[in-house]
Amino acid sequence: MIYWEIFLAFFIPGILGYGGGPASIPLVEYEVVAKYQWMTVEEFSEVLALGNALPGPIATKMAGYIGYEVGGAFGAFVGVFATVAPSLVLMIGLLGLLYKFKDSPKVKNMTSLVRPTIAILLGVLTYRFLESSYIGAGIWHTAFLIIIGFLLLEKWKVHPAFVIIGGLGYGAIFLSF
Amino acid sequence: MKTHLNLFIAFFRSGILGFGGGPSAIPLVHKEVVQTFKWMNDDEFSDVLALGNTLPGPINTKMAGYIGYRVAGVFGMINAVLSSIVPSILMMIVLLTTLTTFKDQPWVAGMTRGVIPIVVVMMAVLTWDFFKKSNQGLGWKVSITLLLVSFLLIEMVHVHPGIIIALLLSYALLKPNKLKKEEKPKERGVN
Repeated sequence: MIYWEIFLAFFIPGILGYGGGPASIPLVEYEVVAKYQWMTVEEFSEVLALGNALPGPIATKMAGYIGYEVGGAFGAFVGVFATVAPSLVLMIGLLGLLYKFKDSPKVKNMTSLVRPTIAILLGVLTYRFLESSYIGAGIWHTAFLIIIGFLLLEKWKVHPAFVIIGGLGYGAIFLSF
Repeated sequence: MKTHLNLFIAFFRSGILGFGGGPSAIPLVHKEVVQTFKWMNDDEFSDVLALGNTLPGPINTKMAGYIGYRVAGVFGMINAVLSSIVPSILMMIVLLTTLTTFKDQPWVAGMTRGVIPIVVVMMAVLTWDFFKKSNQGLGWKVSITLLLVSFLLIEMVHVHPGIIIALLLSYALLKPNKLKKEEKPKERGVN
């Protein structure tokens, strides 16, 4: 039963997330936090942060870890399988067919029509993380870290892994209460 | 055997060196597949990538699976997918379970508090990217309408986001060809 839930929780984001792994993050959050309540928003954002600090595809890392937390090693397998297999089977099965239609506006429209919805999902999730940070760390630490984080990541192009390690270090020193 | 070893090297390397999720590792995959091992030429690779993007799901594993399949059949596919994802999953599980054992320590709780704002920045940047791209792809009128409709349906009416995405996809497939200007996005979300 739990394995079936894990399968569904990752199958749905895997089959609906257009734009690669990162686009499916809010869909995974919806299943894991809102629907099955395996984690709180804070726990989810921590998993996401560490996932971003490590190399490799993000969707499978999330599926592997959350599956493992919920259902052990086999849970991890189910989560990853549900994330990877359906879209891969589609890819191998349909590639020949898609090849014929690759310049068709329909195929192009599919991806672009879904983007605004994904943008909203990402935006809402961003807001939820912001809220949880405001509650956990207070307004000043949150504002400070957001500004510094933005400058480091976007202006000075520091590698995300270092910025995340910096945030972890800052938190361990200044936010442990 | 040699082929399998090469597949392993190609996808292990591109998986373990790519930060920021699958899409950011695509140039690394390209380097291995086109330049190092010459399994495909540039055009083939970009075709496969473009087609992969029209399908849902993580892009990295779709590419790894398909390329592995082309190079060495079903076992090639399994090999390539596992090489690209297993190392990072193991790292993730080891790191997080270690952290969980110390989770009652105040400094571990502090680390969580410190890192969430950084995640906020990353997610905001990603949101902005998608917003920009949807304006480019659809024009700002259609794009803003879809944004508002999606927001209302998901946040106010609490429709499962999957239903909205599925409706949009079927609309894209079923509607008559061409017409980019005549779209009436409002009709679509609600029914």
